[in-house]
Amino acid sequence: MKIIPNSCVKEEMLKVLGSSSINDLFDDIPSSIRINNLDIPSSKTQQEVEAHLRVIASKNKTYYDTPCFIGGGQPHYVPAVVKALLSRSEFYTAYTPYQSEASQGFLQAMFEYQSIITGLTGMDIANASLYDGATALGEAALMSYRINKRPVFLIPEGISYEKKSVLRNYTKGANITIAEVPYNEQRGTINIDALTSMMSSDVAGVYVENPNFFGVFEEDVEEIGRIAHDNKSLFIVGVDPFTLGLVKRPGEYGADIVVGEGRGLGSMMELGGCGLGLFACRYEYLRQMPGRIIGMSKDADGKRAFCMTMQTREQHIRRERATSNICTNEGLCALAAVIYLSWLGEEGLTDLGLINLERGHMLYDSIRSINGFERVFDGVHFNEFVMRYNGDAYKVNKKLIKHGFQGGLILEPFYPKLSRCLLFGVSEIQTDDQINGFLRVLKEVA
Amino acid sequence: MYHMACYDEPLINELSCENKRKDTMTHSLIPASLRRTTKLDIPTLNEVEVIRHFTRLSQMNYGVDIGLYPLGSCTMKYNPKISEEISRWERFTALHPYQDESTIQGALQVLHETEMMLCEITGMDAFTLQPAAGAHGEFTGLLLARAYHEKKSDSKRDEVIVPDTAHGTNPASAAMAGYRVIEIPSNSDGTVDLTALSKTLSDRTACFMLTNPNTLGIFESDILEIARLVHDAGALLYYDGANMNAILGKTRPGDMGFDIVHLNLHKTFSTPHGGGGPGAGPVGVKKHLKRFLPVPRIKKMKDYYSFDYDQPDSIGKIHGFYGNFSVILRAYIYILLMGKEGLSEVSDIAVLNANYMKKRILDSGYYDMPYKSLRKHEFVLSCERLHKEKGVRAMDVAKRLLDHGLHPPTVYFPLIVKEALMIEPTESESKDNLDKYINALISIAKEDPDLLSKAPYSTPVRRVDEVNAAKNPLLTYRMINKECINKDSTVKCD
Repeated sequence: MKIIPNSCVKEEMLKVLGSSSINDLFDDIPSSIRINNLDIPSSKTQQEVEAHLRVIASKNKTYYDTPCFIGGGQPHYVPAVVKALLSRSEFYTAYTPYQSEASQGFLQAMFEYQSIITGLTGMDIANASLYDGATALGEAALMSYRINKRPVFLIPEGISYEKKSVLRNYTKGANITIAEVPYNEQRGTINIDALTSMMSSDVAGVYVENPNFFGVFEEDVEEIGRIAHDNKSLFIVGVDPFTLGLVKRPGEYGADIVVGEGRGLGSMMELGGCGLGLFACRYEYLRQMPGRIIGMSKDADGKRAFCMTMQTREQHIRRERATSNICTNEGLCALAAVIYLSWLGEEGLTDLGLINLERGHMLYDSIRSINGFERVFDGVHFNEFVMRYNGDAYKVNKKLIKHGFQGGLILEPFYPKLSRCLLFGVSEIQTDDQINGFLRVLKEVA
Repeated sequence: MYHMACYDEPLINELSCENKRKDTMTHSLIPASLRRTTKLDIPTLNEVEVIRHFTRLSQMNYGVDIGLYPLGSCTMKYNPKISEEISRWERFTALHPYQDESTIQGALQVLHETEMMLCEITGMDAFTLQPAAGAHGEFTGLLLARAYHEKKSDSKRDEVIVPDTAHGTNPASAAMAGYRVIEIPSNSDGTVDLTALSKTLSDRTACFMLTNPNTLGIFESDILEIARLVHDAGALLYYDGANMNAILGKTRPGDMGFDIVHLNLHKTFSTPHGGGGPGAGPVGVKKHLKRFLPVPRIKKMKDYYSFDYDQPDSIGKIHGFYGNFSVILRAYIYILLMGKEGLSEVSDIAVLNANYMKKRILDSGYYDMPYKSLRKHEFVLSCERLHKEKGVRAMDVAKRLLDHGLHPPTVYFPLIVKEALMIEPTESESKDNLDKYINALISIAKEDPDLLSKAPYSTPVRRVDEVNAAKNPLLTYRMINKECINKDSTVKCD
């Protein structure tokens, strides 16, 4: 194996340079900071590396080995079609498509991605991806502030700890205050009275998740949008794309910006890595949008052609006045999403949504009927939900692992109000046998 | 002669078959106020059509696996296939981020060992792997700088200094972190002007951001003096690791005096760019900044790995979870493959290749290279003479290279070089490939300016009108065709 050529022609090349040694080329580094050796292992062969990684891999248990009923984001099935197309190295070994003539394939696919995301969300325009759902929310808050220069951004109290933390970091520089709207403790939805009382001319935007982190649909989402708009604030909606075959699209209930985590659309969960930040908005905010945008144009012969566009918003042109610092995004994950969605189609997405909804409700009913568990919210949920357990949830989860299952996410560390509460979730990924097995064991150990 | 595959490939929306189901489906469980009543605007294709459509698109796309891709500051090196294969193993991909630690010991080991090896390679004391790209790393680094100064109640530091050769992300990240950006001009060598730096540094300076070697490919030989000036002013020194490929095993940012470092795993550590991501932009710091790193930290106690959220001074989170895991895994595999000798050889050959190309191109007499002569892994040519004498622009040269089946360099950057071509061949290219590229650049310089101004000729489309694209934005299928009917066929999608 040799992945660095030219070792054998070094001398010849050095002669052209008039140098006798490669070391001469490093003469400009002061000798006091030159090093001779790195303290890392010596080179291994490919076979050795593979063997080493096999040992490491064996220490992981996948959500197939150990069926997972953890809430806070669900894995979804990735069809072989997506994997096959994503392994085309013309796609994955390309850079950001600066040279459009040699990147028409990726550019067209990203244009199609933008088209499909706007179709899915009912919005006018979408960018070509951000890092993940959490950073997309951060960018949405910054964009709201750029649009109306108001210093407060409202979020529901019940969004994930991770998103809250990322959002705070994203908005620190602009000095935006993040205020949390409490949830209705019965429904698990936004407390509308509290929201109304928090509105003021300082509010840049109101963020709502539908369904929210507790898995509950925000039934009054249209009213929330009205409250935001009556106050001349922006209305930002976070979506789970797997619900969009079933519920109204945010564009139909007045959203100004839509964000979300799109990882499930054709990408594996990968420990939460390689996310896909969905970002769509109304056309009038195009110039305030962060991230890459692909446009359709014509070539010199008048033929349809694609290129990156609206680049004067971006860091490589606008530098410190750019709408965002983002450069490298999640292009390949966006490609996975457009392949996945065009393969699944509207019908497939709707059916998949139904499976997730029905399984979510089946699991909810089953766990609720187990001694020791009680529901926390009575709002309508999708494929995730919160249950309170009147014993030691940590012990139950440990026992479940011994039996080869992963139980709910314990919410208490991040939501002290939700003591003894667990967030469960399910999707099409588990088999019926796995679900039944899980319920059987849960009944035993709880 | 080179010809790229060319299809008049319709958009997926134009290929879409009619939906079988006429009515919209919903479910009685969904609250009435939320039930979907309209159709989704998404296409439906059968599997064969999906495969053919995207395979055709892939053939109209240029990647490193097709040929030389010498974008300056982008380090488009070969991406070893073994990394691709292993990173797709289910044992690494089918993992939920909230799984119990005991079930992801292998993944945590990869994260922990990668952190340790990056510390050694850069001379830093601790790393976070959370940032998803270089710019994301910069932003993280600047939030760390902010937390550091705030902790010392040194709150009036609201400025970040960058040289005029800095990547655009540097000032953009600084602005996003809430800083005022001050740009200082380079000196006649193309390096940091120490006088300008001293004058600009003050008790308002939070950080000085520097790429070393810089974007001209020049090593900042005064780096120790720069570090002294920055630290004497109470500020921090930030290392943009975009050009780390030049100095692996030769010197380390930590030894140069940098306090914060970000790396681009999708550049130096060979993970593929994916057509613009996912990447990874890990951030390394010296001891005095470690307590501010994002949570969770990966902790190792006797051979057991766990997440540690108990970091009271941490800035919190910067990514939804732990970073782009499969990218980090590929970099881990690459470091093991190369080992210490291999990484050092990477920089040997990357620098040799760049200097060889530079010498032969300059010897041809058609292109110029302003500023200092000895370069590291990249160099910036100027086409200004071609422009003045023949009206040929850097963009024309770039587009004509495509007709040779070669990817153009970065153009018009850094901004201080007129008609710039920024070339970074990397260590992956053989001398033969370099010679082809050199000869192509020389033959292009001799060509008819009219011919060049209309290049390329052998790509799927000819030169794209980017001005029109920005003036009349067409950004979705709906915007170009509201009727949703492909006029060239009988297939209707609604």
